[in-house]
Amino acid sequence: MSARETASSREPKEPEAREETERAELARTWHEREGFLGRIVSVDHKTIGRRYIITAFVFFFLGGIEALLIRLQLAVPENRILNPDLYNQIFTMHGTTMMFFFAVPMMLGLGLYFVPLMVGTRNIPFPRLNAVGYWFYLFGGLYLYLQFLGNGGPDAGWFDYVPLASSQFSTGHRIDAWVQIINFTEISALIVAASIIVTVFKQRAPGMSLNRIPLFVWAMLISMVMVIFAMPAVIFTAGSLNSDRTIGTHLFNPAEGGDVLLWQHTFWFFGHPEVYIIFLPALGIISSILSAFCRREVFGYTAMVLALVATAFLGFSLWVHHMFATGLPQIGESFFTAASLMIAIPTGVQMFCWIATIWGSRPRWEPPLLYVVAFFLLFLLGGMTGLMLASVPMDLQVHDTFFVVGHLHYVLIGGALFPVLGGLTFWFPKMTGRMLSRRLGFWSLGFLFVGFNMTFFPMHELGFHGMPRRVYTYLPDKGWNFWNLVSSIGTVVLAIGVALFLVNVLKSLYRGARAPENPWGAETLEWATESPPPVYNFLRLPVVASRSPLWEEKELPFVTGLALDRREVLVTGALDAAPSHREEIPGPSPWPFVASITMSVGLIGSVFNVWWLPAGFVVSIPPAVAWYFTEEKP
Amino acid sequence: MSRTACRAPLLLLLFLFTACRGGYSALDTASPEATRITNLHWLMFWVTGAVSFVVIAALAIALTRRRTAETREGQRRRTRAVAAAALLSTLVLLGLLTASVLAGRAVATPVGPAALRIQVVGHQWWWEVSYPAEPPSETVITANEIHVPVGRPVLLELSTTDVIHSFWVPNLNGKKDLIPGRPTRHLLRPERTGVFEGRCAEFCGYQHAHMGFLLIAEEPDRFEAWLTSQRRPAAEPSDAAGNHGREVFLSSGCVLCHTIRGIGAFGHNAPDLTHLASRRMIASATLPNTAGHLAGWVVDSQYVKPGNHMPPNLLPAEDLLDLISYLRTLQ
Repeated sequence: MSARETASSREPKEPEAREETERAELARTWHEREGFLGRIVSVDHKTIGRRYIITAFVFFFLGGIEALLIRLQLAVPENRILNPDLYNQIFTMHGTTMMFFFAVPMMLGLGLYFVPLMVGTRNIPFPRLNAVGYWFYLFGGLYLYLQFLGNGGPDAGWFDYVPLASSQFSTGHRIDAWVQIINFTEISALIVAASIIVTVFKQRAPGMSLNRIPLFVWAMLISMVMVIFAMPAVIFTAGSLNSDRTIGTHLFNPAEGGDVLLWQHTFWFFGHPEVYIIFLPALGIISSILSAFCRREVFGYTAMVLALVATAFLGFSLWVHHMFATGLPQIGESFFTAASLMIAIPTGVQMFCWIATIWGSRPRWEPPLLYVVAFFLLFLLGGMTGLMLASVPMDLQVHDTFFVVGHLHYVLIGGALFPVLGGLTFWFPKMTGRMLSRRLGFWSLGFLFVGFNMTFFPMHELGFHGMPRRVYTYLPDKGWNFWNLVSSIGTVVLAIGVALFLVNVLKSLYRGARAPENPWGAETLEWATESPPPVYNFLRLPVVASRSPLWEEKELPFVTGLALDRREVLVTGALDAAPSHREEIPGPSPWPFVASITMSVGLIGSVFNVWWLPAGFVVSIPPAVAWYFTEEKP
Repeated sequence: MSRTACRAPLLLLLFLFTACRGGYSALDTASPEATRITNLHWLMFWVTGAVSFVVIAALAIALTRRRTAETREGQRRRTRAVAAAALLSTLVLLGLLTASVLAGRAVATPVGPAALRIQVVGHQWWWEVSYPAEPPSETVITANEIHVPVGRPVLLELSTTDVIHSFWVPNLNGKKDLIPGRPTRHLLRPERTGVFEGRCAEFCGYQHAHMGFLLIAEEPDRFEAWLTSQRRPAAEPSDAAGNHGREVFLSSGCVLCHTIRGIGAFGHNAPDLTHLASRRMIASATLPNTAGHLAGWVVDSQYVKPGNHMPPNLLPAEDLLDLISYLRTLQ
């Protein structure tokens, strides 16, 4: 089957009746059952992507409540609302939740939902595996929060430095919970990474050669490649801590020849790229929004893609800037200073390209565009303080102070949360078929922006005045009282902004104006189907001839010849997306869910008795076999 | 400059860190190292501030310009502008890198044998400070208060008995971690006398928030006098209350963890109390060293610092009063 046979733009428009039969046939083939059972067996990338997004938001609210508690405690000196034991659990839970259960899964969800739509295919290649990924994420989160509610939340920070997190200084199962959820969240991330990478390389619409892939898809692809390199490091390092704690290895015990710095190296080898895993998709969102609202392609496509790739490479050579105070050799530290400064170049190039995109385009002032402007302002400041942290002597002064807390929130909230909220505003019509309220959108953004700056800007000042991070209280005579109070009041404003966003979503879900296929007049393929997209995504798979297929003057050509009565996708070449063959992908099945439960029980049980792990493995074999041999016929 | 006045620019300028001076701060410097770092900070501050201003100005202009059709010439101009901006940022970053490496070298200057060696050992959640001497019996051991002479480099040898801590006196230098199994060294060169606050900067458990210390820089002769007085064993109590207080100390739980040289108390899990009364603060620079605070601390230290390793001591009132009056004599 060649492109010429499949792409047939010049065919006369087919009768409506034939289109309707095809539609009905596809709907039957790709049918996803309703109800509770239907949800459990579902393998649709949109369903699972949406679940990731909603679950991530639930965790975002939990992490936000923890943040409010932290700021409540720190609002005034010598506050006794939280005792140090609870405070340590709460700030650890806040970091763990926001990194592992909100930021990354949110990006995974957006990627799962939009990458297949943007590249013009019907589903991801390993849909059942993908279902397992979500269940793992959910069960890991439930387990962590159940243990937290039972006063067993991890309390050594989301970074869990040894020896504080070792069995000698952290008895009980608090740290074990943290160690286990690493397995859950990282397995889930690896599954999504594999799905998205294969989708991008093998299931693009015919004609979507590498140089026509939307920038959001590029960003997701590169971010997922980073997942594949970074997550094994943290699984290894958490596994090592686990074996130190449960079976008495001494990898991190200096008294037995272990090394506590080994933990920091392996943790930050994952931990720093993690930031870019979160940040790169956000950059993709910015590009999507800008091209739609400026009504032109993002300037400097090749430079943008190369900048993403460069960021990903450099992102793996910065980890030591978290460890400048440990007394590593100076020459080595200088290397990491250079690398940390250098990563500003690709990011700068992207910013310049975006400004060049906006230049002379007279963009439309809609909420998503304002989120982009907010991103510019906040991320710029976060980036500048990042340059300071890259410098060894500067870092030695501000390291582990509130300056870093300010910096990291500017980078992660300014650089990732604002783009995500902008992206959700942008794509909400596509996902739900309803428009978000424009007025509420402006209001929530206003509160978010003011509240965010009130909360986090004073932290830079506090850091210079010597306020360390992760303190549950402070003495009144240090000169920190005023800015801490300002910061705590700021969180309330910030919380109002988040609440308004939520109100907007809930209200618009039921009462929002109906969204057309392409409400913003954007150019990429996700806007070429109904809002919300049908379960099979596209009635006919599109063929593209440029980077902006929906801005072409002629109607989108499409693929014919795919079976309607089987779940078929078109597999195309990795480089030029030439059609190669049709592939049938599996449909709904209950076995991924069952296998997730048995494996989760094994993993969680191993916290309390190591034999649960092999037991869970053995019990997981039957569902895995059943999964492999059963195919539900429509 | 008053604190309020120097905060005004913060409200006006988007990316300004205020230049508040005075007190406990990394910007009010008292050593060549801290000064060098602060100068680097201000350099980076103004450079990044200028860059931010230019970028935001460009963004503002871009957002508000009228729409122009895409022309080949326009494309070329924008390409040139982006390339120039990228090149310029690279040069600026190279400049910052150079400044940073130079400052890093200056801060890490090796010290000669003239430096005063002090050993600092981190504990959850207090600092053990010792001044090694020959013969070893002359060694001075104290806690949470480091005396150093002005004008002589001080080399701190940092280690820990439990978890990772980080030693930080913002006015004098950056941080250095105390890492199990990996001794580290840290240089302090105070240029003026004064009492500087320091604290632990690495999260170390329940009482990380209250793991402070005082660094007292004084004239060399005063420092020597202090060292001499600290070498002496504990003062003999002069009255009945003091004698009884010492008995209480030796017969209660105190003696299990604390040392008072000269009376046969050799506990090593807690601060050395031989010259407790000479210290300004107790409980790792958390409470002023007064009789009332001391009594409260002895009876229920868990109220002040929940989770710390000192158990409550429910002594009869008379015993407690005598114990406190004895401890207050330990000059």
